[in-house]
Amino acid sequence: MEKSSSCGFHCIKIKDIGVKLGKDEILKNVSIHIHCGELTVIIGRNGAGKSTLLKAILGEIKHTGTIEFFDIKQEKYENLKIGYVPQSINVEKHMPTTVYDFVAAIISNKPIWLKKYKDVYEKIKEHLKIFQADSLIDKSIGDLSGGELQRVLLSVATIDNPNLLILDEPVSGIDRNGIKEFFNLVDVLKKEYDMAIILVSHDFNLVKKFADKVVLLDKTIIKQGTPDEIFSSKEYKERFED
Amino acid sequence: MEVIYNILETLLPFDFITYDFMKNALIAIVLLSPLFAILGTMIVNNKMAFFSDALGHSALTGIAIGMLFGISNNIAMIVFAIIFSILLNLVKHKTAYGADTIISVFSSIAIALGLAILAGVGNFNKYSSYLIGDILGISQEEIIYLAIAFVVILLVWIFLFNKIHTISINTSIAKSKGINVLLIDNIFVISIAIIVMLSIKWIGILLINSLLILPAASSRNIAKNMRQYHLFAIIISLVSGIAGILISYYINVPTGPAIVILSGVFYFITFILKDKVKG
Repeated sequence: MEKSSSCGFHCIKIKDIGVKLGKDEILKNVSIHIHCGELTVIIGRNGAGKSTLLKAILGEIKHTGTIEFFDIKQEKYENLKIGYVPQSINVEKHMPTTVYDFVAAIISNKPIWLKKYKDVYEKIKEHLKIFQADSLIDKSIGDLSGGELQRVLLSVATIDNPNLLILDEPVSGIDRNGIKEFFNLVDVLKKEYDMAIILVSHDFNLVKKFADKVVLLDKTIIKQGTPDEIFSSKEYKERFED
Repeated sequence: MEVIYNILETLLPFDFITYDFMKNALIAIVLLSPLFAILGTMIVNNKMAFFSDALGHSALTGIAIGMLFGISNNIAMIVFAIIFSILLNLVKHKTAYGADTIISVFSSIAIALGLAILAGVGNFNKYSSYLIGDILGISQEEIIYLAIAFVVILLVWIFLFNKIHTISINTSIAKSKGINVLLIDNIFVISIAIIVMLSIKWIGILLINSLLILPAASSRNIAKNMRQYHLFAIIISLVSGIAGILISYYINVPTGPAIVILSGVFYFITFILKDKVKG
């Protein structure tokens, strides 16, 4: 992954996203602008459509509206490359997939079941270092702690230099220290690697500390702005303080 | 073929090898076992045991339909199984919950339809051998089909395994990395369909699924990474396969059951070793 200083010249425009499931309108008129080097946090109650919005941006579900990735410097639209950290993955204790196997299968075309490839191994180890996860490389992904797994998932999501990083409630199942550590890593990615990041989170104290922008979602955007603006607004209080 | 026969006779100086049907059976099992083992690794990972079981059952409908339309059994079964597997896969992708119920519905309908048609035409007894299978009845022509399937599935595994693996861990990650999940998944289930249909005549509908599941499940008990997972599964599958044929030759037990019993023994041995190896 390449380090880069904040350029501020890339912009992801999420325009007028709507999702219908049968007759139910799950999301409508969702428009968000996201810049590189910026952490945008989506908050909302259960069923507000947070995960649905992420799935729409990922292109996994049918939606109306568009997602555009614009290079301001060169004045042109480019293909958006997304890195994604899901809520959970299909793991079992002691399963025969090591961290190396998991990552190598994603970044390399050489069949991981035939042999271990030294060059791929070194590349993965190097990248895991950014997330202090290089010592986990030979461990089974089923034997990692919640925090360790999150660090591995973050390195998988970022290994091919995505323009946008999407993190879906990644802190559930991790203790307090793990959550803090996770936010710190996200902050490093934002500042040193200049990534645009969308995060769904329930930890409002950490959101206040780290977010650049907060979006309050309830089937549509109720309010978006700086953390201070959102957490002092009556719309936020109506939904979370009764 | 003669060359391979001669090599076998030189390598294995036992009296059983002088029979052509034993040579054919041995060649077939050497081709089939590794395929069962490697496909099994991802069937077990994806918790698809029930899925492949249903696929085996669909063979009966395939035979029946083939008979109705006068197509050869092999072709009818393979075509039907491919359609059946793609349908099952679509259903699996559309429903997040209760996939096992839907697979069960498909599976029962496939069996019922097969039995009804075969009984209706009055030919059921002729095909009841498909339930148990007979590995000693393999012809040279069928071995050539097997060899082709062996190469094709090996190529699929070399070029697509990484993607199949990523999908098995998390489909959203796979999609975000640009993998066409439905396409790759379809290729995977079609591979299973082909190998199940090619071997069902020799292993039998009742036991075919155990050959896909047991070697991989045994290996999973003791393997620490993907290389070991494949290697142990292939060894267990090969050893049970070859030993199963020899046992059935010497003590007159049907081959399919002999192979499955041996694989079962491997499963329990690895199950006991599990904590020692991985603890």
